[in-house]
Amino acid sequence: MKRDLAAFLSGAVFAAGLVVSGMTKPSKVLAFLDVSGAWDPSLALVMVGAIAVSAVAFRAAARRSAPVLDASFAVPPAGGAIGRRLVAGAALFGLGWGLSGLCPGPAVLSIAGGEAGAFVFVLAMLAGMALERLTARDGRGAAPRDECGGTEPVAAESRAR
Amino acid sequence: MLHGTGLPPTVAALAGGVLIGIAVAMLLLLRGRVAGISGIVAGVVRPGRGDGHWRALFVAGLVAGGLVARLVDPGAIGAMVAPLPVLALAGLLVGFGTRLAGGCTSGHGVCGVSRLSPRSIVATGTFMAVAGVVVFFVRHAAGGR
Repeated sequence: MKRDLAAFLSGAVFAAGLVVSGMTKPSKVLAFLDVSGAWDPSLALVMVGAIAVSAVAFRAAARRSAPVLDASFAVPPAGGAIGRRLVAGAALFGLGWGLSGLCPGPAVLSIAGGEAGAFVFVLAMLAGMALERLTARDGRGAAPRDECGGTEPVAAESRAR
Repeated sequence: MLHGTGLPPTVAALAGGVLIGIAVAMLLLLRGRVAGISGIVAGVVRPGRGDGHWRALFVAGLVAGGLVARLVDPGAIGAMVAPLPVLALAGLLVGFGTRLAGGCTSGHGVCGVSRLSPRSIVATGTFMAVAGVVVFFVRHAAGGR
């Protein structure tokens, strides 16, 4: 119960952060990305605030043998090669982000707004994720997760099993 | 939430960022998980064996937070700016790209960069630069929105 609540509240606090910062407004996100136009640089501070707190959290985690409510950390080790998958994937993501002003967090949250476009985007995003999995040659059976700067997630998970 | 209270955009952005950082810290220190949204969403649809349902609960919290925010401030969630076919294409690219790269704005941009991971720094620089170029072309070169 406590573990479930922790996961739910983390999502809710994440949502609060996206809303307070203005990341849930695609027009504002596009104005942030529009360096050559009427640039709104304020969203850079979202990264600054989030990174500052996360950096402290990751250092605290490194000193613990286990999280408070679970048996072990599921955090991939930092490091790993910079390859074509990483750069091509990030470029495709940037293309979609620049066209819409939506990255995954704000997109999922936008479902709460009830606009048809939000549902279309999220469904297409799920389709894109499924398509990537179909075209990938490895990692079947492992749950996908963000590598957080670690080694390739699928490789890390197959080693763990 | 605080968004309608007239905070200057810089203060709101910094405060929102700190809240996102607190959410990352909660999920990491309480549950030992990385708050990378693209991986969490992909894992809801395709959970691994014995992986629990923490991802679905996190996503439920994200949407519930959006619903509460809307009650407090009806303008909390901005309108879509792209037409439906463009949103469909963009969603496809975001889903495919974030899985190929192993992370998005949260997994690479916040979590990975806060660990000073070279992979995440390269990924973040790449998606921000490409997004900036796309906005330039759509807004200025092509004379669109």
